Amino acid sequence: MSTDDEGVRRDVTTSSARADGAPDRPGNAATTLPAGTGAGAGAIADVARSETALRRFLFGLPGVDQVGAESRAAALATRSIKAGAKLWAIETAISMVDLTTLEGADTPGKVTALCAKARRPDPADPTVPGVAAVCVYPDLVATAKRALHGSPVAVASVATAFPSGRAGLAVKLADVRDAVAAGADEVDMVIDRGAFLSGRYGFVLDEVRAVKSACGRAHLKVILETGELATYDNVRRASWIAMLGGADFVKTSTGKVSPAATLPVALVMLEAVRDFAASGGPRVGVKVAGGIRTTKDAIRYLVLVNETVGDDWLDPARFRFGASSLLNDLLMQRSTQRSGAYAGADDFSLE
Amino acid sequence: MPSSLFTYAPAPESRSVVTLRPRYGLFVDGEFVEPRDGSTFTTVSPSSEEVLAEVAAAGPGDVDRAVAAAARAQRDTWGPMPGKERAKYLFRIARLMQERSRELAVLESMDNGKPIREARDVDVPLAAAHFFYYAGWADKLAYAGLGPSPRPIGVAGQIVPWNFPLLMAAWKLAPALAAGNTCVLKPAETTPLSALLLAEIVQQAGLPPGVVNVVTGAGDTGAALVAHPGVDKVAFTGSTEVGKAIQRTLAGSHKRLTLELGGKAANVVFDDAPLSQAVEGIVNGIFFNQGHVCCAGSRLLVQESIADAVVEALKARLETLRLGDPLDKNTDIGAINSPGQLAKIEELAGSGEADGATRWSPRCALPERGYWFPPTIFTGVAPAFRIAREEIFGPVLSVLTFRTPDEAVAKANNTTYGLSAGVWTEKGSRILWMAQHLRAGVVWANTFNRFDPTSPFGGYRESGFGREGGRHGLEAYLDA
Repeated sequence: MSTDDEGVRRDVTTSSARADGAPDRPGNAATTLPAGTGAGAGAIADVARSETALRRFLFGLPGVDQVGAESRAAALATRSIKAGAKLWAIETAISMVDLTTLEGADTPGKVTALCAKARRPDPADPTVPGVAAVCVYPDLVATAKRALHGSPVAVASVATAFPSGRAGLAVKLADVRDAVAAGADEVDMVIDRGAFLSGRYGFVLDEVRAVKSACGRAHLKVILETGELATYDNVRRASWIAMLGGADFVKTSTGKVSPAATLPVALVMLEAVRDFAASGGPRVGVKVAGGIRTTKDAIRYLVLVNETVGDDWLDPARFRFGASSLLNDLLMQRSTQRSGAYAGADDFSLE
Repeated sequence: MPSSLFTYAPAPESRSVVTLRPRYGLFVDGEFVEPRDGSTFTTVSPSSEEVLAEVAAAGPGDVDRAVAAAARAQRDTWGPMPGKERAKYLFRIARLMQERSRELAVLESMDNGKPIREARDVDVPLAAAHFFYYAGWADKLAYAGLGPSPRPIGVAGQIVPWNFPLLMAAWKLAPALAAGNTCVLKPAETTPLSALLLAEIVQQAGLPPGVVNVVTGAGDTGAALVAHPGVDKVAFTGSTEVGKAIQRTLAGSHKRLTLELGGKAANVVFDDAPLSQAVEGIVNGIFFNQGHVCCAGSRLLVQESIADAVVEALKARLETLRLGDPLDKNTDIGAINSPGQLAKIEELAGSGEADGATRWSPRCALPERGYWFPPTIFTGVAPAFRIAREEIFGPVLSVLTFRTPDEAVAKANNTTYGLSAGVWTEKGSRILWMAQHLRAGVVWANTFNRFDPTSPFGGYRESGFGREGGRHGLEAYLDA
């Protein structure tokens, strides 16, 4: 893809022509272009063939009405999940956790302890499912890999100059290769929000593609850092760029910026992966990360998944929680559901 | 796309917050009294057909007693009372409604059949908000823009429908009381219980006797109230047919009248609409409260270029709607209020099929007892079909298409009603243009069925006249 100034300037002209009111914008591309036409992956690849085409496509996506999206998310947050449904949701949520530690102070000891927790979240109860993955910085991937040897728990590594992403592409790719070489099964990259906000969509897409190819067989999660994207329209566009670039997951946040994951943001991303699949693309997963600490929060996200995209996404292969303290709350609530007695915070290990 | 993995367990709201009395009298002059010349009738739960209570049907003598009590209270206590004192009573009612909100919501859901989620999150909070709002006006009437010293009209006879029994009672009572009038309220015969609980709250708030009176009963009771010479102002919300009859009765009398009647609102979706939210808005527009909403968006006007995509997305969304026990906190669609209303919906839906429209409903099992109708969409609807012209007042959406903004306006206005309309587009200039050209009392932009006490609501043409809510809502209750 070309990211030359020429392409950008051409687009500035077309959009100012639209602002003058002359031709209408070309309708809702997501529905008029690929949806239900069976055009499939070919049409999707087509929209990314040039900076201009990509920009046209992104701006042709149906808008997101902020008030409407927020009120839909708020309405779903009132769902009351009880009894067997609650237990199912708690256990499903446990299996979807990417148990995360991303601190400057992380040590091999801390990561090893976290891995033990990931394998068997509740040593007193072997029926508790393991979590989906442990998420660490690249230099600790090897440690995590060793500690999780022989277990189905994956190792995810953040990369690409996480969390800011402010480094040259060569550095970012080296970061990714490093993590993959150390055995990372999943790579959580960050998009260049500066490039996105300045309208260099092709640049963002090219980076995602380059990282995807550096990932090799490792799964790629693309962090949009929605707290810095400011609008839901941007969240939807960034989701599409990530998916067009080959993301296996789109992820809300690094956890280092506030606001991190919110229900309306997750709703918009779920709608994006749904529309992408409906237009012939693969089913891309969604990971919500940052600020999700309680079982109540987790269940609200699962309700959102359930009523927006349904069964196909109610699986650790397509939905994840990036969290650290959430797991213990899920364990406490699970034990409460099963025994009828409230568990205490010290009944579960702290890592 | 109904989920099979994540099946919500029943989450019923407890009925124990409500104490149902076996028998309810009339609320006259501050007391619950037995009817003098009336009879009794029963009110049932439409979701189970269970008899909830026996209720008094007020006869002409009872109506007379209530009107006399109201006239006395207006003359001796409520009318002369300074506005700032009246405000205190209204604030007290509003606070008591909030304190007893669970009780009100559960009772409303039981008697009406609406989902507890709506009664809890919409009906009751909005009803309390109306009292809070008009309490604030009670001592500021001179600044309402209606003249320097507006006077109360006198006794207001107020007749409310069964679709939002408590909320409509609040819409009627709050402005009337703030303006210094006294009230005789007649709730609908299928949903009298929340008005009677409100009467209890009025008693608890210590309102002087006779300021608020509640006479339960059917059409006869309403007719007696409308015709009573002691009534100075009639406010009616209900069917266009009854509204016309009331207007005929009042012709030539001194009584003032406001009517809030039926509607056949168009919800207009342009091809540049925020699609996901438009689909939510369509669902909320017609399936909120089972479509028992006078301003329901019962005609979907969708631009041809996106019609298939919108209908497809709408159907996928309807598959996730949860129909069933109104007291379950996860229920989206409750019961139809009465067998009579169910028959009317069935008859009109049948006419849609007979006319040649295509009928579609999601897969959903209807409960065996009670009155139920599944959410239904008709496509291929021509403007001449009855389902495109007549108010169905049920969960039935007629989908029509248009090609240009002019055609959208022409079709939206092609109705005898004029209560509400919705516009969905990301283009601000088009929203303003549409709002100027749509003949409807309320035009929602990129939303639907949103209500607020500060915003006037009402229609024109066969949807009635007069406004409720906001500063404008005071006008109906003041002699300026």
